[in-house]
Amino acid sequence: MIDLLTIFVLAVFVGFEVVSKVSTILHTPLMSGANAIHGVILVGAILITGSAESTLELVLGLVAVFLATVNVVGGFVVTDRMLEMFKR
Amino acid sequence: MTVQLMYLVASVCFVLALKGLSSPKYARYGNFIGAFGMLVAVVTAYLHGVVHNGLWILIAIALGVVVGIPAARSVKMTAIPQMVALFNGVGGAAAALVALAEFFAVPGTTVMFRLATVLTVLIGSVSFSGSVVTFLKLQELMTTRPVLLPAGQQLAIAAGVSSVALCALTMVVPNGFLLWLLAVVGLALGVLFVLPVGGADVPIAISLLNAFTGLAVAASGYVLANTLLIVAGTLVGASGTILTRLMAQAMGRSLANILFGAFKATTAVAQGEEQRTVKSGTVEDVAILLGYANNVVVVPGYGLAVAQAQHAVRELVSQLERRGVSVAYGIHPVAGRMPGHMNVLLAEADVPYEQLKELDDVNPGITSVDVAVVVGANDVVNPGARDEPASPIYGMPIFDVDRAKSVVFMKRSMRPGFAGVDNELLYNPKTTLLFGDAKDSLTKLLAAVKQL
Repeated sequence: MIDLLTIFVLAVFVGFEVVSKVSTILHTPLMSGANAIHGVILVGAILITGSAESTLELVLGLVAVFLATVNVVGGFVVTDRMLEMFKR
Repeated sequence: MTVQLMYLVASVCFVLALKGLSSPKYARYGNFIGAFGMLVAVVTAYLHGVVHNGLWILIAIALGVVVGIPAARSVKMTAIPQMVALFNGVGGAAAALVALAEFFAVPGTTVMFRLATVLTVLIGSVSFSGSVVTFLKLQELMTTRPVLLPAGQQLAIAAGVSSVALCALTMVVPNGFLLWLLAVVGLALGVLFVLPVGGADVPIAISLLNAFTGLAVAASGYVLANTLLIVAGTLVGASGTILTRLMAQAMGRSLANILFGAFKATTAVAQGEEQRTVKSGTVEDVAILLGYANNVVVVPGYGLAVAQAQHAVRELVSQLERRGVSVAYGIHPVAGRMPGHMNVLLAEADVPYEQLKELDDVNPGITSVDVAVVVGANDVVNPGARDEPASPIYGMPIFDVDRAKSVVFMKRSMRPGFAGVDNELLYNPKTTLLFGDAKDSLTKLLAAVKQL
């Protein structure tokens, strides 16, 4: 358990550090990109559904897979559309 | 072992993605790297973690793709913030559902495990319902003003207290019903939390809810003992918190003020005299003003984007430059509906990046600006934010266009801005109002300037 806590604490610092200097122009794309990344809950949803035993678990898991997929693909596509505007 | 390595690869991709997204040069690569990391993670999870129901999972993923991609592709650039809010909400809901499903599979024994479960369910539900409310507000399916319920504060406190109590109870008595109840209370809490946030502050609430979803995902990582979820969720939670603070700073407000002080002062602003005179001009007047100016600043706002007038304003600016007028765009950090939103909208219309100036570039030289043109903006040029401590937007940095030699204010009507606050600038003798649809006015103005 302490291993997981260590990972958590270190990740907090990395998260702070990585975005500490970002210009306002990129606030919206950055938020949207981070939004896509938390769609990684899809991994959790797949794992839980893949080992589901009861119908309840299966239904909950599948809904989670569906929603998380929307989060992931929608998030990355919308971020890319925004950033496309900046290319020159 | 291989699985853990693959998750590590994905985690590194996510860090690089956030890093890339923070710099204009590498932002797009950053997004690709993030998507690549996600692909690695999902394929790994599918190949190694799926014992059965594989086909069902693929169908659910396919459905998600079929819904998500067209939604993201077809959304108008002006509606991006509410789309991000929706994507964020469904992510939060997914996290809560994962924790619920895991609870029914293995109710868990350790304190940490149960704590992680209740936190995932609670934060995930708050994030989901909160995001839905922000979506409704930005889509203007409900009022954009702060909604203050009769006993809103007490209700919110009650929901907060009962959610904490339910968390504690569920940890002692691991019971499915209690967990469902917690999810319901979380949903209510999310709604009560976002309702009083009004107007221009909604995007900040979205950013905060984004960070919440990150935390819910991190907590679900504990539930499943999955390092990737912990790392990615925490990264988003931490960076989202910083981003939220940066956004709040750009508006000159504290986060607490935005979330809890929400525009209480609105009623306190004294109403001026009933009939106040404004000066409205014709297209020809304004064309002459602009055509013979040396130095012009254009301050665009969300109204410009709504009228789809980005191209029209760019053409007018080009025409003025051909006449030797020096023109810059003054982009307020919160112009549009989200910080940086206006930059995206103008970039879409091929406005050169170098012409986009920030507050600190424009304000020091504002007194030598001959004409400041305000198009579809309102709150970001409202001198009340600077001079009127009673004003609900007091403290937000503004463009001091009232100190320019003259001001042209293009407006559809006398309706106040997104924040619902009256603007003293409209009554300033230096101000000429040009009523009408922004695109229409700009097109006529372009023709008139060509005639000069």
